[in-house]
Amino acid sequence: MKLAVLYSRVRAEEKLLFEALDARGIAYDKIDDREVIFDLQNPGAWREYSVVLERCINHARALNALKILNDWRIPTVNTAYVASVCGDKLTTSTALVHHGVPTTRIKVAFTPESALKAIEELGYPVILKPAVGSWGRLLSKVNDREAAEAILEHKETLGSYHHSIFYIQEYIRKPGRDIRAFVIGDETVGAIYRASEHWITNTARGGQATGCPVTPELNRICVAAAKAVGGGIVGVDLLEDPERGLLVNEVNYTIEFRNSITTTGVDIPQRILDYVFAVGRGEIKVI
Amino acid sequence: MTANCPECEAEITLAKPMRGEIVVCPDCGVELEVTSENPLAFDLAPQEEEDWGE
Repeated sequence: MKLAVLYSRVRAEEKLLFEALDARGIAYDKIDDREVIFDLQNPGAWREYSVVLERCINHARALNALKILNDWRIPTVNTAYVASVCGDKLTTSTALVHHGVPTTRIKVAFTPESALKAIEELGYPVILKPAVGSWGRLLSKVNDREAAEAILEHKETLGSYHHSIFYIQEYIRKPGRDIRAFVIGDETVGAIYRASEHWITNTARGGQATGCPVTPELNRICVAAAKAVGGGIVGVDLLEDPERGLLVNEVNYTIEFRNSITTTGVDIPQRILDYVFAVGRGEIKVI
Repeated sequence: MTANCPECEAEITLAKPMRGEIVVCPDCGVELEVTSENPLAFDLAPQEEEDWGE
């Protein structure tokens, strides 16, 4: 079996994965996505890989690389399909709804006028998010009509075209925290609470991680969310609604786990590699 | 191994550098990428882009 890791930067996660591979004595190739050239008619040495683990930091690079590799019938973790669903919050939300996974109310509109109408239908406050983006960038909590009008105008005028696809989410009055759960295959292997005084709780934005028990309900919802987006290794973000309980907020496909190994007590890099090797050996079919 | 920060020239020592690794300069706080392990060399890390993330 031959493994490649496609990456952009060697962050803490990639170092942990490389160290875990070295500890297993497994030979693998590190492929920097800045140096990659895909010759679409000639896969060449790419065909030698039994599996490629994708760790790109750019969504566009990940998505396109995975699409090419999967069309060459090279198994990847995750697949291009999963990247395409998870890389776009709108696509994620519609997949979750389609598969009956509990999630927040979302409205989508294409003009500032219709977006304002959608916002008022949901009721203030609402959250406006760019469909493509991560780490809590450009999230807006809109508390009233004047703020809504200003933000919609700014997004239409200053943003690129995809900022005019207005993704509007109800605001959940969560208990000062959200949940990040790690799904690998058919199992939720661990979860953390991310607590913050700020309504944005991403650990990338300073949210504090503490252990969260994986209850049967949490496991069921997270595995359902993972399957809704195509399966594999994903990070499921959930909100706790006072009335409706657990609601899936987002699903991430190139998980960051540096703050979660000690907190969960789960050796996430080793669990990732177990799954990747199972794909490489053909025991798990991803494409 | 030791090399200088290309931004502030601080001397930075890494025990086990890995090409592509991101480190933060302890003096000026800029993000640096290890571009060579032996001899150790740094360059400024790429700036965050709109589609970066998980």
